[in-house]
This record gives sequence, C-alpha cells and structure tokens, in this order.
Amino acid sequence: MAKFVFKRLIYMVITLLIIATLTFFLMKLLPGSPLKNQEKLSPAQQEIILDKYGLNDPLPVQYVHYMANLFKGDLGLSFQYDNRPVSTMIGERIGPSAYLGFQAVVFGTIVGIILGLLAAIRQNSLLDYAATTVAVLGISIPSFVFAGLLQYYFAVKYPIFPVAAWEGFEYTVLPTIALSVFVIATVARYMRSELLEVLSSDYIMLARAKGISSFDIMVKHALRNALIPIITLLGPLAVNIMTGSLVIENIFGIPGIGQQFVRSIMTNDFTVIMGVTLFYSVLFIVVVFIVDILYGVIDPRIRLSGGKK
Amino acid sequence: MERLLDVQNLHVSFDTHAGEVKAVRGVDFHLRKGETLAIVGESGSGKSVTTKALMRLIPNPPGRIKEGKMLFEGKDLVKISEKEMEKLRGKEISMIFQDPMTSLNPTMTVGKQIMEPLLKHQKMKKEAARKRAIELLALVGLPNPEARMKQYPHQFSGGQRQRVVIAIALACNPKILIADEPTTALDVTIQAQILELMKELQKKIETSIIFITHDLGVVANVADRVAVMYGGQIVETGTVDEIFYDPRHPYTWGLLSSMPSLDTEEGIALQAIPGTPPDLLNPPKGDAFALRSSYAMKIDFEQEPPVYQVSPTHFVKSWLLHPDAPAVEPPVNVRQTQRTMPQNFDKPVLVGGGR
Repeated sequence: MAKFVFKRLIYMVITLLIIATLTFFLMKLLPGSPLKNQEKLSPAQQEIILDKYGLNDPLPVQYVHYMANLFKGDLGLSFQYDNRPVSTMIGERIGPSAYLGFQAVVFGTIVGIILGLLAAIRQNSLLDYAATTVAVLGISIPSFVFAGLLQYYFAVKYPIFPVAAWEGFEYTVLPTIALSVFVIATVARYMRSELLEVLSSDYIMLARAKGISSFDIMVKHALRNALIPIITLLGPLAVNIMTGSLVIENIFGIPGIGQQFVRSIMTNDFTVIMGVTLFYSVLFIVVVFIVDILYGVIDPRIRLSGGKK
Repeated sequence: MERLLDVQNLHVSFDTHAGEVKAVRGVDFHLRKGETLAIVGESGSGKSVTTKALMRLIPNPPGRIKEGKMLFEGKDLVKISEKEMEKLRGKEISMIFQDPMTSLNPTMTVGKQIMEPLLKHQKMKKEAARKRAIELLALVGLPNPEARMKQYPHQFSGGQRQRVVIAIALACNPKILIADEPTTALDVTIQAQILELMKELQKKIETSIIFITHDLGVVANVADRVAVMYGGQIVETGTVDEIFYDPRHPYTWGLLSSMPSLDTEEGIALQAIPGTPPDLLNPPKGDAFALRSSYAMKIDFEQEPPVYQVSPTHFVKSWLLHPDAPAVEPPVNVRQTQRTMPQNFDKPVLVGGGR
C-alpha cells in the first residue's frame, strides 16, 4: 500500500509539471497584453512595466523563472488586482465555491442515490418513469434555467429564500439546489441501471436462495456493488462542481472562484490563470487519487498489490 | 419411502410482450427422502424453471406459477406467504447454481457468505456461526479453512468457488438440495471432484438431491431416478437403469443416441436430434416432440399423448405405447444396450389422460 501511494505521488507531481508547462506556453499564445489602461500608457512606460515583470525576457527564461518560483510555493502576483498574491486571491475566492459545491454534491448524491434506488426497486412503475424523466431533464436542461426558475418561484413569487448575495446559510439554499440538479440526475441514472444489473445477477439469486430477506439483500449485497461505478463518477463530478460554476455564481452573486477564473482569462492575467489552473489540477488529481483508494475499500477485487493478502 | 416433495400439475408461464410463454406445462414428479432425482433435457425444456419455481425464485413479473401444487412435507409451497418461503429457503431447501464464477457476491468475504444462512435460520451467535462455517469449508474439502474465511471470491478458483457454494447450500442441513447444472461451468476433472463431493455429502447429511443437467454421463453417475423433460413437460421418468437400458420415448432415444459411450460399436455414428425445441409461446397441439421425431404418427400432431406406466417406477408420455400403435424399433445406438427390465409389466398400462 505504501509503495502504491508513493508511486502515485510521484505520478501526481509529474502530471502537475506537465500541466504547468502546457498551460504556461498555451497562455503565452493568447493575444493581447496583461496591461490595464494600455491606451493611456506610452510605449516606453509599457516597456518599463513589462521589463519589471520579466515579460520581455525570452519565453524559456520566463518559463524557468516561473517554475523556480512555483517550486518555492510562490504563485506570483496578480497583474490586475493591485499586485495581490495569487495564492491569497484563490484562498479568498475558493471558500464560497467549495462550500457551495460540497453542499451541492452531498445533497445531490444522496437524493440521486435514493431516486435511483426507488426507480430500480419499482422498475417500470410510475415512480420509475418519474425518476427517469427527472434524470433526463436534469441532464439536458442547463443549470442556469433552473437557477432562474428557482429565483422566480422561491425568492420573488414566494419569498422564502433571498434572491442573491452571500451572507449565510439561507443564501446557499437556492444555488445549492440549482447546482445539484445535474448531480441528482447523473447519480440517479447510474444508480438505477447499476442496481438493476446487480439485482439480476446470480449472487443476488443465491442470496435469495439462502433465505435472506429482500431488505437485507438490498442493504448487504446489492447497494455496495451498485455503488462502485458511482464512485468513479463522483470524483470528477465533485471537482467540477466544487471549483465553481461561473453561471450559477453570477446569477446568485456569489464571490466564487469560477468568476475569477474567467475574468483572468479575459484580461490576460497570466499569474492568476496559471494559479487557478494549477489549483484545479491539484484538486482533480487528488480527488482521482482518493477515488482510487476508495475503490479498493469498496471492491476487494481491485485491492492494490502490496496490500494485505 | 415417504415422499418428501410432491409436485402436481405444475404450470409456470412468463408474460412477455409477445404473449404468454408457457415454460412449464403440467409437470408431475416426486422426490423421496435421500434419493437423487435427475432432471434432464435440452436448453429451454423447462428444467431450470421448474426448480426455480420450487424455490419460488422466479421473478414476478414476468413469471408466475399458473396452477399446480408443490407439496413439501404436506405444505403447498405455491400457497404459502413470501415470509414463510424465506424461512424454508436455505434451511429446508437450498440451491446450487450453474456458474460458480458469478454466484458469489464479489464484495463480501466468503466466510460472511457462509455464515449468513446460519445467522438467519439457526439463530446462531456470530462466534458459533464462524466455527460452523470453518467446519463447512473443511467439509467441502478446502484446505486452510480458517484463513480462507477472510478471503474474497476472486481469490478462489472456479472449482473452489463451487465448493464454497455447496458449503453455503449445506450450511443448515437442508432436506432438499437443488443443483442446477452444478458442474457445467467447470472443467472435466473438477466436474468429477464436485460430483464425488456431492455424493459423499449426501450420504453424510442424508439430503435428497434434485440434479438438473443436460449431461447424461453425469446422470448415470449420480442419479437414482431420472425425469426427462421436453417442451415444458416430463416425457419419461424411471430409474436410471430403466432410462438408460429400456427407454421408451423417442426423445429419450434421441438423447441417448447423441451420447457417446464405451459400448458404442465402431462404425455407428452418433445421432443428432434434428430441428429445434418447440416455441413455447405457441406450444404444438399434440406431442411437442412430434415435429422432430421420425416416429411421429398422425395422432401425435392432433392430440396430446397420455401417460403409460411400463413398470412400478417407469412412466412414459407417448402414443407409441398405445395398444394400437405400430411396433417400432428404437435407433441402433439404443438397441445395442437395450435390456429387458425384470420389473416391467406385461404391457403398458394407461395411467393418465393427455392434458
């Protein structure tokens, strides 16, 4: 196990290096310059600023410079926001996104599993069709449509929740629901089909032949096996949602990281683009790693070499 | 010997989009204490469905037991509630399935899977159940049972898994063990081992076995009595000797002629049964086997044959045994091994009308 973890850590570092390198050079291909108020500055002034930030150096020099700083844990300063350190900016912004994302994933997963479970148990019943319809709608309708509808019905027409802003739990309810619709739909759909497959398997038949009750079969035999594919699905889904949805954050006025990221791309804020990209990558790689470990916990067949026999 | 199980006029159907598939159409058989009954027949003959119906394991919908009785120690298994059935399953009647590779839960330790019926039916404490499970693993011939308890199914070979499944089935000393082609998925040497094991264990715990197979070699090895199924009906039943040495139904002849044996003389070809099994969505009107039989008479296409009794233990459902039927010779492969059974009546007695 220790050997496996160590090997994976090395792979993770290599992956990050590749991502950092690719992002760095791709970013340099973006047209435009990171300077604000470019038209008001004389060419000489522009040169001075670019020199100061090392942006006039040849690309390889800039690259080595950036990577050296990165190894020291320094993500650099933002070009756009008064020289604030990128790490501080991410730190400030990730909070609301992560909170909202976490809440949406947990809520969505639980509801999705229950919905999928009910649909599978009552296969081809009205309930099953209803759950399937919800799943199809949830996957095909974009979340901002739900966001708008939720705001209209639950904040304007029946003012139960606040329309927007970020000031406490009641402000998180509507955006959480809007974000979780996709999670609910995806999880429910997988849960239903996986569970149906598991329930028709030979070992469930054998469990029934042993005289185990339907409830125990569901809890002790079927659920665990049906959850295996859901876990694979959940890792990337969680990262996606936790790193913030630009649209939802805009609609509900949430000071999240998604907004930040898009703005930095539009303004050529190199250090922020790099910082956020790397941050996303780390999050993603770590989650995938956790999923791999969880796999082994749930499914003994993929328990890793070197583990206890 | 007393009848442990008595199945009478069992009908099982599946409701599909195309219509009602009559998978089992009026099956009668019984099982005595301690005996092994083999049910043979080709795929789709209804043998698996019959035994799954016995355990009430047929998913409903689409399947349902349409009519008939399944008397187990006088109790009709068709009528009892699901809760009562749960108490019988794994305790009084248990089952071994065809494919050991898929019949164990991959995410549960083997030990736990064996302990489950013990905890459920015998209300054992965990520690006692664990001890008993270790005993069972030793009983089915797995070395190192204590260590293997903690392992998962993927750490076992196919033959070993089937041993585990047998251990599970025998955990509560069931009165009836249903083995649904338990050796089909195993290679030949392992097959022989598993059959030996089953015979040995049957002696030890005095269970009756219903053995489903399409392998006549296996039948000769394990069975006391044989029921031959075709098209959802039992066409011939008798002792092993009666079925192998004095078969009367053309379908049984077909099965025997397609099986190689050491007695088969050189130059005699094995005979395949032509055609395909009947469509049970629209079962044929007369004898279900008539379409594929070279012995079919006109009446075989019009009326279902009645059952004739050839000896106290030998029953045949065929018009060929009617007093007015022309005398026919069975195929050469069958004739070679044919013997006269001492118990046979002078001539077949009509015992049941065609249904």
